[in-house]
Amino acid sequence: MRLSRVWAMARKEYLHIFRDPRSLGMGIAIPMIMLILFGYALTLDVDKVPMVIWDQNRSQTSREFISHFLGSRYFALQGYVDSYQKVEQAIDERRALVAMVIPPDFAGRLSAGRTTPVQMIADGSDSNTATISLGYAEIIISAYSQQIAVKELQRQGARVMADPLDVRPRVWYNADLESRNYIIPGLIAVIMMVIAALLTSLTVAREWEQGTMEQLISTPIKTQELILGKLLPYFAIGLFDVLLAVLMGEFLFQVPLRGQPLLIFAQAAIFLIGTLSLGMLISIAAKNQLFASQVAMVATFLPAFLLSGFAYPIRSMPIVLQWITYIIPAKYFVTLLKGIYLKGVGPKVLAVEGLFLVFFAVIMFSLANKKFKKKLV
Amino acid sequence: MAIPHDNRAVVVRDLERRFGTFMAVNRISFEVNRGEIFGFLGPNGAGKSTTIRILCGILAPSGGTGSVAGFDIVREAEQIKTHIGYMSQKFSLYEDLTVEENLNFYAGIYNIPEARKKERKEWVIEMSGLQDHRLSRTALLSGGWKQRLALGCAILHEPPIIFLDEPTSGVDPISRRRFWDLIYELSGKGVTVFVTTHYMDEAEYCDRIGLIYRGALIALGTPESLKTEWMEEEILELHCDRPQEAMEEVEGLEGIKEVALFGKGLHVVTALEAHRISDSIQQRLKDQGFQVFRIEKIRPSLEDVFVSLIEARDREEASQQEVHQ
Repeated sequence: MRLSRVWAMARKEYLHIFRDPRSLGMGIAIPMIMLILFGYALTLDVDKVPMVIWDQNRSQTSREFISHFLGSRYFALQGYVDSYQKVEQAIDERRALVAMVIPPDFAGRLSAGRTTPVQMIADGSDSNTATISLGYAEIIISAYSQQIAVKELQRQGARVMADPLDVRPRVWYNADLESRNYIIPGLIAVIMMVIAALLTSLTVAREWEQGTMEQLISTPIKTQELILGKLLPYFAIGLFDVLLAVLMGEFLFQVPLRGQPLLIFAQAAIFLIGTLSLGMLISIAAKNQLFASQVAMVATFLPAFLLSGFAYPIRSMPIVLQWITYIIPAKYFVTLLKGIYLKGVGPKVLAVEGLFLVFFAVIMFSLANKKFKKKLV
Repeated sequence: MAIPHDNRAVVVRDLERRFGTFMAVNRISFEVNRGEIFGFLGPNGAGKSTTIRILCGILAPSGGTGSVAGFDIVREAEQIKTHIGYMSQKFSLYEDLTVEENLNFYAGIYNIPEARKKERKEWVIEMSGLQDHRLSRTALLSGGWKQRLALGCAILHEPPIIFLDEPTSGVDPISRRRFWDLIYELSGKGVTVFVTTHYMDEAEYCDRIGLIYRGALIALGTPESLKTEWMEEEILELHCDRPQEAMEEVEGLEGIKEVALFGKGLHVVTALEAHRISDSIQQRLKDQGFQVFRIEKIRPSLEDVFVSLIEARDREEASQQEVHQ
């Protein structure tokens, strides 16, 4: 292998990229836009659930009960209603996802020491939010009823042990349970997978389409020189994207980075070699830019998005899908990035995932080399 | 390095290339000597580009053997590539790169040492007349400039053999003339030039010509020998009054293969000996009241030879098909 040839190839490819605003936009602007869009839009947190209340009791007791909801950050009161019809209307119009109905004898039954039903209605068309918000409501309500029970016992003169068991929850690595904190690191992996493959998917196909490949294969350039030379500028762009993404994570999304930033770049470098080679392989096989870019998109986006575990937990997938995730390189990169970001773990803990990425890079680079033929037809 | 001791730059034996059932190159054999300008002449789709691509090592043959610069075209295709320059039919430099960037790229790919690089680049820029356009994107250059730059990139590394596939198609006559001057200059330095064309005048510039038609090599020789040895028929040039009417009279005579208007006169192709048919033509025209100014046997042009050879080939194939049926 002659470095002068690799260098000439890399320099030429760099000139193509910087002469063509579209390829520069695709390489740098698109990943940033994707990160911003997904970073803000894709939140799995449920808070400020819009809620309406039908208070049929309108007593001081019922108002006091309602204030427990208003004081929580999980619910946002959209107004009071006075009939089931209005409840239905609010949920149909999506003004409210949850409605609470307080019976007319709410205060009376409570003071008589009788069990009092409180109806919670949730919009099941968004089942995830419905489940979580009903969970919140139950916690608020059971805390309230416990309070009443304790008061009643005290009134009767009993000595009350405050709480037999005291739960002290402590969430590690993401204390505030901010979904953004684990989505952003995973998102960086998904976006890099898609963009890297897309970038190189055009490069060989373009030369075939424009007829410049015929000239190129008549020269003594070796396959690995050609592929390596073509990879280099995209590798630089990829690392630059990772840098931008890490900076955006730090300053825009304020995701805590607990591990070594250098470790992120080291893993990203390995991941990029594999993914850029995958794009190159697609480009070599397709020989057509449009087709190659479509294949690259489908082959990377869906698996990386759905099967990498970046947002959807792999453990709750059907077992067959779980097996498939093992061949998705983005899965390892997602695990690595989440580990470095949230847990601050080092190379020892992440060695297995790191090895898988090395393995992927070696296979993809060899396949691209094998697939490329310095012949027409 | 396997430089052959003999004087042959290209040797081809029974070369064959099929695309599916289509026979693009049908068992052709020929040799090209070192320093020679070898012209490959034929209509579009005859197999010229396919042959040149096989010789450059970028297309595998389906059968037959061959060597270029002493290297086998099947087993040593990559070694061939260091000893040749190839200019494909379609302009294939990078249009979004400047003249200088294209040259730098190929200088890097051919691994030209830094010390020699500057000198070679200057030579190409001067040869192609691009002194004022070093920093222009190649997309903006005119056809003649593009073609000279493409040649320059193909010979930047001073290969002993160059393959040019229809280098002058779509280029104005003055640029074509300049281009051939360059080819002569290279040939004078001992470079072997293998060039395909469908221009008859360009064929005349070659030392030797091969005529390829429907994948088969149907004639091979110097332009001179083709004109004198390969033509079965003889040609008479006839000047008379009312030539269009005279055509009909002459066509009716025995032994006349073809009569065509050629300038002010007629070209008469005959399978018989020219002096014998000459008398009968004069007789017939006089009887019919035509005035014959001049009639003489002429040397066929290359075009006459090729048309005659191609027609003979077509007739042969037609009769073979009849036999098969």
